[in-house]
Amino acid sequence: MLSYILRRILQSVIVLLVVGLVAFSMFRFVGDPIEQLLGQERTQADVDRLREALGLNEPFVVQYLGFLGRAIQGDFGISYRQARPVAEILLERAPATLELALVSGIIAVVLGIALGVFTAIRREGFAANAIMTVSLIGVSLPTFLIGVLLIWFFGIGIEIPVPWGDGTISTKLFPTFGRGEVVDLGWWTTGLLTESGRASLVLPAITLGLYQMTLIMRLVRSEMLEVLRQDYIRFARARGLKARVVNFRHALKNTLVPVITIIGLQLGAIIAFAIITETVFQWPGVGLLFINAVQFVDIPVMAAYLMLVSVMFVVINLIVDLLYVTVDPRLRIDGGTA
Amino acid sequence: MTDPVLKITGLTVEIPTRRGVVRPVRDVSWDIRPGEIVGVVGESGAGKSMTGNAVIGLLDRPAHISAGEIDLDGRRIDDLPEREKARIRGRRIAMIFQDPLTSLNPLFTVGQQLVETIRAHLDVSAGEARERAVALLDRVGIPDPGTRVDQYPHQFSGGMRQRVVIALALCAEPEVVVADEPTTALDVSIQAQILDLIRELARERGMGVMLVTHDMGVIAETTDRVNVMYDGEIVESGPTARVLGAPEHPYTQSLVAAVPRPDRKLRRFPQVSYGGRETAFRIEDLARDWPARPAGDGPFLEARGLTKRFLEKGSLIPSRRRWFTAVDDASFAIRPGEVFGLVGESGSGKSTIARMIAGLYPLDEGEVRFEGEVVAGAGATEAARDAYRSQVQMIFQDPFSSLNPRHRVDRIVAEPALHLGVIPKANVTARVGELLDRVGLGAEAGLKYPHEFSGGQRQRISIARALATQPRFLICDEPTSALDVSIQAQILNILKDLQEHLGLTMLFISHDLPVVRQMCDRVGVLKDGRLVEVAETARLFEAPEHPYTRELISLMPKTDLLSNAGLAAE
Repeated sequence: MLSYILRRILQSVIVLLVVGLVAFSMFRFVGDPIEQLLGQERTQADVDRLREALGLNEPFVVQYLGFLGRAIQGDFGISYRQARPVAEILLERAPATLELALVSGIIAVVLGIALGVFTAIRREGFAANAIMTVSLIGVSLPTFLIGVLLIWFFGIGIEIPVPWGDGTISTKLFPTFGRGEVVDLGWWTTGLLTESGRASLVLPAITLGLYQMTLIMRLVRSEMLEVLRQDYIRFARARGLKARVVNFRHALKNTLVPVITIIGLQLGAIIAFAIITETVFQWPGVGLLFINAVQFVDIPVMAAYLMLVSVMFVVINLIVDLLYVTVDPRLRIDGGTA
Repeated sequence: MTDPVLKITGLTVEIPTRRGVVRPVRDVSWDIRPGEIVGVVGESGAGKSMTGNAVIGLLDRPAHISAGEIDLDGRRIDDLPEREKARIRGRRIAMIFQDPLTSLNPLFTVGQQLVETIRAHLDVSAGEARERAVALLDRVGIPDPGTRVDQYPHQFSGGMRQRVVIALALCAEPEVVVADEPTTALDVSIQAQILDLIRELARERGMGVMLVTHDMGVIAETTDRVNVMYDGEIVESGPTARVLGAPEHPYTQSLVAAVPRPDRKLRRFPQVSYGGRETAFRIEDLARDWPARPAGDGPFLEARGLTKRFLEKGSLIPSRRRWFTAVDDASFAIRPGEVFGLVGESGSGKSTIARMIAGLYPLDEGEVRFEGEVVAGAGATEAARDAYRSQVQMIFQDPFSSLNPRHRVDRIVAEPALHLGVIPKANVTARVGELLDRVGLGAEAGLKYPHEFSGGQRQRISIARALATQPRFLICDEPTSALDVSIQAQILNILKDLQEHLGLTMLFISHDLPVVRQMCDRVGVLKDGRLVEVAETARLFEAPEHPYTRELISLMPKTDLLSNAGLAAE
């Protein structure tokens, strides 16, 4: 077991190095940061001096190794644009993204699995068919469009005439811009403790989680239908077990084995997709930071962000692989056949 | 005489479909008395399993009981509401399924599954339930039940799993057990043990057992009474000895006659003629255009010291890798024009040898010689291998997975011939049509897809595919194990014709000893990857030398009961 984990970690490190190399080499084509940093009024001497100071005239490999060496010590360099350490900027922005990703991830997983199981068990029912039809929208609409539609409906709001009270109800229910009020815990800023922070989270979290939720739901449904056809489910019913036990103990656990992998990958995707959602809702997270960095060719920020995302992907996948082994006894290496 | 514990009267099952109502079970009546084993025998689609499912109340919707009644201990149960039916299920009527590999949930230990079933029916604590589980495992003959109760299903062998399945069925001491093909997926030695266990338990606990099977041998050995089903109806029923020994209905007569006999060799298999199921196989037409290629002297195919190892546990360090030897130093020779059989239980290496000879697995050691030329192993040249490939074809066990479901039949049949360049491209359509016609499917079969055919028809497609290259050597890996006895007789007769009229040499692999007796000229017996005995078929069956061969032969279901009417000995 230990050798398995060590091997997986070694593979993860190799993946990270490769991702870093690819990301770093790509930045050479994004544009010249010097162009952005110095205004129109510049001399060749200024350009040379800055290039020298930032180490941009070194060969590519030297730049990459230098980047890696410092990154291992937690130093991702200084942002060209903000002139502050990148690590500091990222740490400041990370809580916003992580909170958003966490909330939408939980929505996606909990609702996705619940609806998936429901639509599988009540395959013929009207509700299940309605959910399946609506879920097509979630799968097929792009994230930014969902975001914009939500802003239009809940942010700008429409007036619905009703025969009581003032005569209309407004659908303007949630803020659509920024994080609202946040509480600073010193090392972490959270919006979950204030009314406006929670309200601000609703629309971005739905936007970000909707696609993942429908995907998980459809996956759980089709896996579950497959599992329900298996002999051991028929046998469980023939043994007189209750439908609840058969569905939620026997069928669900077997359904989750393949679903875990996808959920892991999707959690990574939530963080990656956050770029779009954060842009639409002006959410002050790392995704928005990255988009701005791209515009200004802020290479240290972009490199650090990509490394961060790939570390998260790799860690999530490692956890998924370990979970897999815990759930499915057949994969345990020491569980030999007797 | 005691009253029946289970009584079925005029049972009819209906399935509404778009094309009207189908009745897979019609007006079926029989009963089981306590401690009695009643067989229900018939071919696939006869409605046997459907009857079993109706008894336990597990008909898949939209199938439902439309007429008749089922009484348990004198009380009608088929019209009870679902909640009460669920209370009978497992507690008073239990079920044993066919495939022990798929009927246990892989993610829970055997103990967890037993305890949950016991506690679903009996009001006991978790500790007591566990004790009961261990006792049950002990009763069904699982050694060291205290340890094994905490293991997962994949840690048990097939036979042991079926014992666990039986233990699960016995959890609440049911009065009736429905056993749906309980031994079909098992080896002959395991089958004998499981049938013994079922018989013992039925006697000891006074359980009535409904044994659903297609295997006449199992019926003959195990049951007290038997019902023969054909196309949804019972055509004959009575005491087993009477029904099998002196069958009255023409269907039962031909079914009994089609059972391969271990005790004597027949020239051809008697075919089930009832219901006009026989389809022509036009061997004379095939033989007319078959190129005459006289074989040389000496052995046709020779296997020398075949060895195959599979990696069991990988490691970066070579000395820490563990290997499993699937085939260990097997040597034999096949003479031109003969059918050479390989028998053994599952895991004995039969299929591995077939694949090594077909060139699908590389050899770890040893060599295969075809008419003296090395075609596999260290000394094989590319040219010799290519020449050999166009002479050999394979027919696989499962006609459902050995045909690509997304290709049309004409493409499937033409593929090997086109690949090897034996048929000129311009003639393909004509040749394929001709072949399909000759194997009895008709030329228009080429335009359809595999799923439109039954198991036996698909195996004919496999045969057409193998014949398209006009090979001289056929490797048949359990070609009829997935088929009904009547279809099996047809396919085996076709293979016999191929040997006789086209002079094909065959390697015939099977776990079914009676079939081997009928088909093969000489037989090799495999045990754990080693070839323990090679002998002429008649000698092997009448005077086996190796103790393992003797054991295998003694375990075959006895067919002495079966009527010998209509059998022409060779």
